[in-house]
Amino acid sequence: MIGAAIRTRIRTAICGSFILLSVTTAGGAGDCPATGDTVVIATIGDATSMIPMITSDTASHEMSAFCYNGLLKYDKDLSLVGDLAQSWRISEDNLTITFYLRQNVRFHDGQPYTAHDALFNWRFMVDPATPTGYSYDYEQVAEAEVLDDYTFQVRYAAPYAPGLASWTLPQMPRHLLEGQDPRQSPLSRHPVGTGPYLFRQWNPGESLTLSYNRDYFEGRPCLDAVVYRIIPDLATIFMELSALGLDWSTLTPVQYQRQANSEFFQNNFNKYKYLSSSYSFIGWNMRDPRFQDIRIRRAMSHAIDRREIIKGVLLGMGQEATGPLKPGTYWYNPNVPRYEYDPQKALQLFKEAGWELAPDGRLRNAGGDPFDFVLITNQGNTSRQNAGVFIQYRLAQVGIKVDLRVIEWTSFLQEFVNQRRFDAVLLGWTIPPDPSPSLYSVFHSSNRDPGKLNITGYASQELDALLEQELKVLEQTERKVLHDRIQEIIARDQPYTFLYLPQALPIVHRRFQGIEETSSGISHNFIRWHVPQEQQMRPYIFMER
Amino acid sequence: MESSFYQALRRNRLAMIGLYGVILLMLTAFLAPLLAPYPPNLPNADAVLLPPSWQYPLGTDDTGRDLLSRMLYGARVSLEVGLVAAGISTLLGVILGAIAGYYGRWVESLIMRFTDLMLCFPAFFLILAVIALLDPSIINIMIIIGLTSWMGVARLVRAEFLTLKHREYVLAARSLGAGNMRIIVRHLLPNAIAPVLVAATLGVAGAILLESGLSFLGLGVQPPEASWGNILRQSKDNLEIAWWLSVFPGLAILLTVLSYNLLGEGIRDALDPKLR
Amino acid sequence: MILYLCKRLLMMLPMLLGITLVSFAVIQLAPGSPSDLMVDMNPQVSDLARERLHKFYGLDKPVLEQYWNWLKNLAALDFGQSFAPDGRPVWDKIVERLPITVSINVLSLLLTFLVALPLGVYSAVHRGSWLDKGITIFVFIGFAAPTFWLALLAMMLFGVHLGWLPISGIQAMNHDALSWGGKAADYASHLFLPVLLSSFVSLAGLSRYMRSNMLEVIAQDYITTARAKGLRERAVICRHALRNALMPVITILGLSVPGLIGGSVIFESVFAIPGMGKLFYDGVMARDYPLIMGCLVLGAGLTLLGNLLADIGYALADPRVRREGR
Repeated sequence: MIGAAIRTRIRTAICGSFILLSVTTAGGAGDCPATGDTVVIATIGDATSMIPMITSDTASHEMSAFCYNGLLKYDKDLSLVGDLAQSWRISEDNLTITFYLRQNVRFHDGQPYTAHDALFNWRFMVDPATPTGYSYDYEQVAEAEVLDDYTFQVRYAAPYAPGLASWTLPQMPRHLLEGQDPRQSPLSRHPVGTGPYLFRQWNPGESLTLSYNRDYFEGRPCLDAVVYRIIPDLATIFMELSALGLDWSTLTPVQYQRQANSEFFQNNFNKYKYLSSSYSFIGWNMRDPRFQDIRIRRAMSHAIDRREIIKGVLLGMGQEATGPLKPGTYWYNPNVPRYEYDPQKALQLFKEAGWELAPDGRLRNAGGDPFDFVLITNQGNTSRQNAGVFIQYRLAQVGIKVDLRVIEWTSFLQEFVNQRRFDAVLLGWTIPPDPSPSLYSVFHSSNRDPGKLNITGYASQELDALLEQELKVLEQTERKVLHDRIQEIIARDQPYTFLYLPQALPIVHRRFQGIEETSSGISHNFIRWHVPQEQQMRPYIFMER
Repeated sequence: MESSFYQALRRNRLAMIGLYGVILLMLTAFLAPLLAPYPPNLPNADAVLLPPSWQYPLGTDDTGRDLLSRMLYGARVSLEVGLVAAGISTLLGVILGAIAGYYGRWVESLIMRFTDLMLCFPAFFLILAVIALLDPSIINIMIIIGLTSWMGVARLVRAEFLTLKHREYVLAARSLGAGNMRIIVRHLLPNAIAPVLVAATLGVAGAILLESGLSFLGLGVQPPEASWGNILRQSKDNLEIAWWLSVFPGLAILLTVLSYNLLGEGIRDALDPKLR
Repeated sequence: MILYLCKRLLMMLPMLLGITLVSFAVIQLAPGSPSDLMVDMNPQVSDLARERLHKFYGLDKPVLEQYWNWLKNLAALDFGQSFAPDGRPVWDKIVERLPITVSINVLSLLLTFLVALPLGVYSAVHRGSWLDKGITIFVFIGFAAPTFWLALLAMMLFGVHLGWLPISGIQAMNHDALSWGGKAADYASHLFLPVLLSSFVSLAGLSRYMRSNMLEVIAQDYITTARAKGLRERAVICRHALRNALMPVITILGLSVPGLIGGSVIFESVFAIPGMGKLFYDGVMARDYPLIMGCLVLGAGLTLLGNLLADIGYALADPRVRREGR
């Protein structure tokens, strides 16, 4: 599953999730107090393809999301609701899901959307020829069939809890993609979907323009057009914002707190703040005997001052992470073992593990070897790099010499993380709305091999059993109990030192009305954003081509 | 010859300014541990982005580190990159150019065609590809800048050798039984050194500048190690809030490169008898 | 002359082969295989897919076979397909970026010549004057300032504070709706800063070159003779010295023609210009091998061609070269 609210931007770029625009279901143009105007959004990278299933970059997912719908979507509380499916039914044995589709939905080219399209999309995902990284969820489906034009059914071989959420998959048009190589298909340059916006123009490396779909099944979106401008440099983005060249962007904590408080920004923009769905952590490579010792890992967690990092790096705009899930959500368990900043306790634990502070101020074992390690992190996340500086400093105070290395993304991932060539890694994970499959990939012992996602090599039989059991349970309260226990075990064992969840800090021009701020972001009702007639700044002129 | 060179250099006020700038830079880099008021990587969550003050003469950066201390240590790294990279390219250029110019024939063709080949690639493209694909450690940066910028020196040395090798004193040395190596090192090189010196001086400036460009792309010296380039890059997102973060390193790079260039030009002028 | 040409053309062949070899070798240094640009990891991309991609791109074949296949296609002017998910031909990707890069480069080259030559001449004629020193420092500041810093400062001043110029991009949002004149003005205002700054940066090289050429010419005997004949200084400089000092500069112009297709990643990133530099940089970051090799080969190949043209021009002008070539 591939998740991202349409606007989790730039710094905390989330890769993934086909969470499409979720919108209040009532339709009709009457829902728009005003129509017209254009929203201009900045992105640091261009999209690679408008077929999101074959891409993994944020920009592609974000931009194509305007053009497509899934069978289901997440609403503002992050629960699943119908999108192209009006309703769905799960069988008694938890093996079959039947989707009842909306009728009279049409693709942008006028062709109707039917259950045959839904079936095609499943086949597309499991076709070995499709170069997608997201096939796993769909391979769990044993059988899929079209019952009639508007009824689509899938049957799983065994109960699969994340199955339902996987049907947020964007629905591509069968009549344009079937039998084609997706990398060569015109759809990758010119999306044709069922979504609220239709594709207009793409100037590679420069901009992408979408205009409203007047026949959208939930009523036309209020804003006439969405324009993405590709601006690779964050400093330039902020200048464009200052010159009103952009309507919607994301701020850094420093910009949010210091710069965007000026009178100009107060008069022209609204700032928003919500906890982002991603956390930063240090993963301890347990192939190293030192980090195999649970006392060492706990000592590390005690030696690092998370509050200081949040204060110094995020200027207070973040929250301490206690585990792999997002505080404030249904699945989060706040009652897990915590590791307060306590260097004395850390030294005590190190001592128990055989490492003592030597007279020269270094932590040494009985053989006199000093405790050094290399902490690697990826380029492109300034906050995380800065957190590394504080970590280095705090660990030096308990006598550990940390060598901090920042590595460019591709080689970071492929040469170091995937090959397990590191002592400790400073990294972030996104937190999808349904946590199960990701917890399984990240913490189950079967995923320790090079290239898989259990990067620390953590293995706990107790946790493995719970993770396996959890994937098969569909009942919510039962799942919650299992999840609580899972989080306790992870916190107890500290395969990671959990650091923080940053706050997402979007800023939107004042003239946009109807923005609803929720704990999951501001974009869930994007198609109802509007600008009163007299305040409209960028009329969109349709150039029929 | 010697004394008239110094006289000529002395008379050139801009060159002297450059010379003093270069000396000053070397001194600060050398004395960084004595001059720096704080360790360069000491963060402070209570002193993030403070403007210049008595406590922090040049202000602090976005993790509360003292900018002055980082600039001083950064001078070491930047200078090191400049000197070593220019050293590598000069050495390589001199060796290849000398061999080509002295031996001539197919050796020369081979070396000069390879030189032409390397010159065909847009320099920054090549450096970018190699550095990004390897790993931007300081050593790699120095080596790669060196390996991709020797071509000018090679051409220069070859041209000098072509004219020098037919001079009487060289022919005389050969007839007295001097070996090739001896002729190259003792008789030809010293007379070709002047333009090489100029090229090397300008090379240092070029390498410092190149490192800052690579830093902008995140491919220069990697944080937390300070270089002027990466301090400047770090500053760009907060250009207006924290002017001190970009003004000081920006000026430092500008003045250093300027000094090296003025000095290099001065040496060239002073060496050229026609221009005196 | 024909013989000379043939010889030069024949010499280009091994050079071209060398260029492909170097381009291919650069790629082989790279750790990591093609991937997309990301900042965070997504816990749900399965590893099976990665192998699938690997096979798809033919990266499981031996190196020599990969090189041979690539070379075969190259001979038919087929640069291959990009590794990016859109899988478009590399040639298409390059071609769509060329116009903007070439226009910026041509404009800035013109501006550089227009400003640098007079500055160089003036500096030489009034050597040692205060203005000469001022010009020297001015042109070297352009060269010595880190380019992205200079660009950001200029954008802040002209774009944000004064509001005279657009900050980034190459056209306004309403560009398509503008009249012909409006479109031209729109492009001009967007390209003003990038062009101005990239010529400022390259001012030093050319103006210093011009200055030293001019100084050399002025020191020649025939200038002294001309002066001795009692010609006015202005006439001496313009009629005799300038013409001779300009000759080598024309070669420089010839040599900079092929450089016109290379874009500066730094300027393009800062000004959000979709040009060659950014294309190449993104290709490198995503390990898009065909694209990287395509850019390198094309860039180097054109340079080679440019050198050839410059040499031919020189040979036409100077018979001595022709004889030597024989």
